Amino acid sequence: MSKLEEKNNEFINIARNTLKTLAFPLFSIVISIFVAVFFVMWAKGYSIFQYFSALGDLFGLIFKGGFGNTRVTFVTLSEVTPLIFTGVANAVAFKCGLFNIGVAGQFILGMVAAAIVGTVPGLNPIIHTILMILAGFIAGGIWGAIPGYLKAKVGTHEVINTIMMNYISMALANFIILRTAFGVAGKSSTPDIQKSAQLHRFVTGSGANISIFLAIVVAIFIFWLLWKTIVGYEIRAVGINPHAAEYGGINIAKNIILAMALSGAIAGVGGATHVAGVLHNVKDFMSLPSYGFDGIAVALLAKSNPIGCIASALLFGTLNSSSRTLQLNGIPKEIVYLIQAIIIIFVATDYIVKYFSEKKKKGAFTNE
Amino acid sequence: MEKVIEMKGITKIFPGTVANDNVNFELLKGETHVLLGENGAGKTTLMNILYGLYKQEKGEIYVSGNLVNISTPNDAIKLGIGMVHQHFMLVHNFTVAQNIILGIEPKKGFKIDMDKANREVKEISEKYGFAIEPTAVIEDISVGQQQRVEILKALYRGAEILILDEPTAVLTPKEIKELETIIRNLEKEGKSVILITHKLKEVMSMSDRVTIIRRGAVTGTVKTKETSIDELAQLMVGRKVNLTVEKNPSVIRGEILKIENLCANDQRGLPAVNNLNLTVYGGEILGIAGIDGNGQSEFVEVLTGLRKPKSGKITINDKNTYGKSPRYIMSVGVGHIPEDRQKRGLILTYSLFENSVLGIHKKNPFSKGIVMNYKEVRKHCDELIREFDIRTPSGDVTAESLSGGNQQKLIVAREISKDPELLIAAQPTRGLDVGAIEYIHKRLVEERDNGRAVLLVSLELDEILALSDRIAVMYDGKIVDILKREDATEQKLGVLMAGGTLQQTPKGVKDNE
Repeated sequence: MSKLEEKNNEFINIARNTLKTLAFPLFSIVISIFVAVFFVMWAKGYSIFQYFSALGDLFGLIFKGGFGNTRVTFVTLSEVTPLIFTGVANAVAFKCGLFNIGVAGQFILGMVAAAIVGTVPGLNPIIHTILMILAGFIAGGIWGAIPGYLKAKVGTHEVINTIMMNYISMALANFIILRTAFGVAGKSSTPDIQKSAQLHRFVTGSGANISIFLAIVVAIFIFWLLWKTIVGYEIRAVGINPHAAEYGGINIAKNIILAMALSGAIAGVGGATHVAGVLHNVKDFMSLPSYGFDGIAVALLAKSNPIGCIASALLFGTLNSSSRTLQLNGIPKEIVYLIQAIIIIFVATDYIVKYFSEKKKKGAFTNE
Repeated sequence: MEKVIEMKGITKIFPGTVANDNVNFELLKGETHVLLGENGAGKTTLMNILYGLYKQEKGEIYVSGNLVNISTPNDAIKLGIGMVHQHFMLVHNFTVAQNIILGIEPKKGFKIDMDKANREVKEISEKYGFAIEPTAVIEDISVGQQQRVEILKALYRGAEILILDEPTAVLTPKEIKELETIIRNLEKEGKSVILITHKLKEVMSMSDRVTIIRRGAVTGTVKTKETSIDELAQLMVGRKVNLTVEKNPSVIRGEILKIENLCANDQRGLPAVNNLNLTVYGGEILGIAGIDGNGQSEFVEVLTGLRKPKSGKITINDKNTYGKSPRYIMSVGVGHIPEDRQKRGLILTYSLFENSVLGIHKKNPFSKGIVMNYKEVRKHCDELIREFDIRTPSGDVTAESLSGGNQQKLIVAREISKDPELLIAAQPTRGLDVGAIEYIHKRLVEERDNGRAVLLVSLELDEILALSDRIAVMYDGKIVDILKREDATEQKLGVLMAGGTLQQTPKGVKDNE
């Protein structure tokens, strides 16, 4: 009886905690949509009394653009997949108290490494795809480990280093594509990868492919890693309180490098699957892929919870893929960025509020 | 006598706890009133309400008979209430006078009238016998003097009522005596003083009346002359407390820790530990006495691998641990109760069970391969909670939600559960209440009786005297002398702590500053 009650209580507690953590992200989503609707009204020339029809329009179009028919649903899925990877990548770094701005660069190198491995002929499809993903994993991992190493051993800030390395990775990728034998002469892209290297697509003509399952598995795996293993115990300890971690015999340097390498590796896998499933080749880069920075937003909204990243990637992916439908219906696609921006502002506010309330609390406690 | 402050029916609720429950408190003109209570009893909360840092849920405050509404510290200052916090709020590279006038600078045209400020500060300082030079820079003066600057700051702002929060926590015995004199001088001038403390000895020597708070409620207000330490302790804790530590004569075993010519620097790269030599044996408690800032913290950090030494030799359990990593040093059998429990000892947002294995999380049965076995971890944590009487709803709450005493109990529990050969306890009872102190002392003595070596570093002379079998005095990064407990007196130690030697007659102490 008491055992049952205990279980019950535990369940209520878990539910309450989940609600508590979810409250703020949900709140910020609601507010952002509330604000966005005004811009919809403005764009469509509605009067103030037509607020709800504007809200209906926005929701309707986002849904139509995201899941209205099979085609757009698959487009959405192919948008969501890389966002899960980059979101989880950022979450891992956040959990160790690091800010990996370099996810975009790690993503690029994952793409290039995969594109090169993907052109090797005569391999078994299963082995080939695994090799490709492994290539992305290693390339992204190394690219993440470098700023991690610099942070741990020399103390240079990872934000600066990863930003700079984003541009290095872009230049490196362009060099490989344009100036070496890995690119197709005169085409400013790599050759298409072998059939054996391509990931299975759900329907022909759409980029959506089985890598979304891999993304979900990775998110769950990282959740498990962070909360159920020594590795996670140490990474999170370093992230929350490096002094106490050091006291507890945890090697701070090792964990910083590990977290950055892991973060980069996940981003690299994201890049690899993007090539293997969607693009099939890599064109030269004019700018950094937006998945990297969107990943930061995804992780922030998910409060660095890898499983939460799946949901928040779904939201961001849907918004991204519905932007064209919005545009076609007289609503500027910038509304999507607006919604995303407001969400981030609010989530960031939550962090700030917490920071200050914690500070205040500490001030009160030390005098006891 | 005139009541300068009257607080009636004050109730303050924090999420989950009632910090003050219908508290009545009154302060008479010209008295020194101690607010006594365990940690988390709500003394500081009550004073923070009076000072405008918190707002009470219920209750009224009267200052000199008038009902007032204090919602910010500025309101309090205007009403003549000044507060000196436990942690000083001074600008370190400003002079004394600059710190004091900060915010209410006397002006001459557009410029600050520094001459006037210096003059005024000097005047007040002399009036109350502070002996402070207005032009001295804060970082050059001692902690005791910094505290006086804080008091001056309040007086300069016209405070008639002074609240001192744990004023003696950072002072040497001599400075405590001086503070006593200052408080007497303030009284003579008709100022009223509220002292927040949990140290019973000081209550007896410094106060006129005592109000005791337990778990947010007042358990009594007594005249100091009509009470005794035992009665106060009982009112404070709610049961009879054993204030003296009972222990059997020590049974010395083999040498556990040997340090030879150890040198190390502090953060700024200045020598903090200077040719230190020390040996600690199993079965004894070696106490290191000393005034704060004489290299104790750095010494402990070097011993535990948290700070890189410069030169010397450290052997623990016949193994060389000089310059080794914290993990290695832990593995040769060292338990460490760190001096800053919130910075080093705990990961505050981790749950208790996660904290309970910090440092042993890689060991069987808490993990296997890379997978943590949280079932075992929880079991371990529950055992610690039970055995060490840690007051918590469960092991799932975060460490930050515990009171200081229970946080410390968790750390002590964890370190003792590591079954160390050498237990380093740095300020193990700092900021704790009598109940928790009693308990932690008992456990430390138990470790000693089990043949462990205990290295106790404490700024509290009473604690050193109560627990130690031998007492080493640390001054300027060196161990200047080691006394047997039987030979040590508070006075002798005081001389050594201030940098004197015992060769001279203790009467020469005065010149030692």
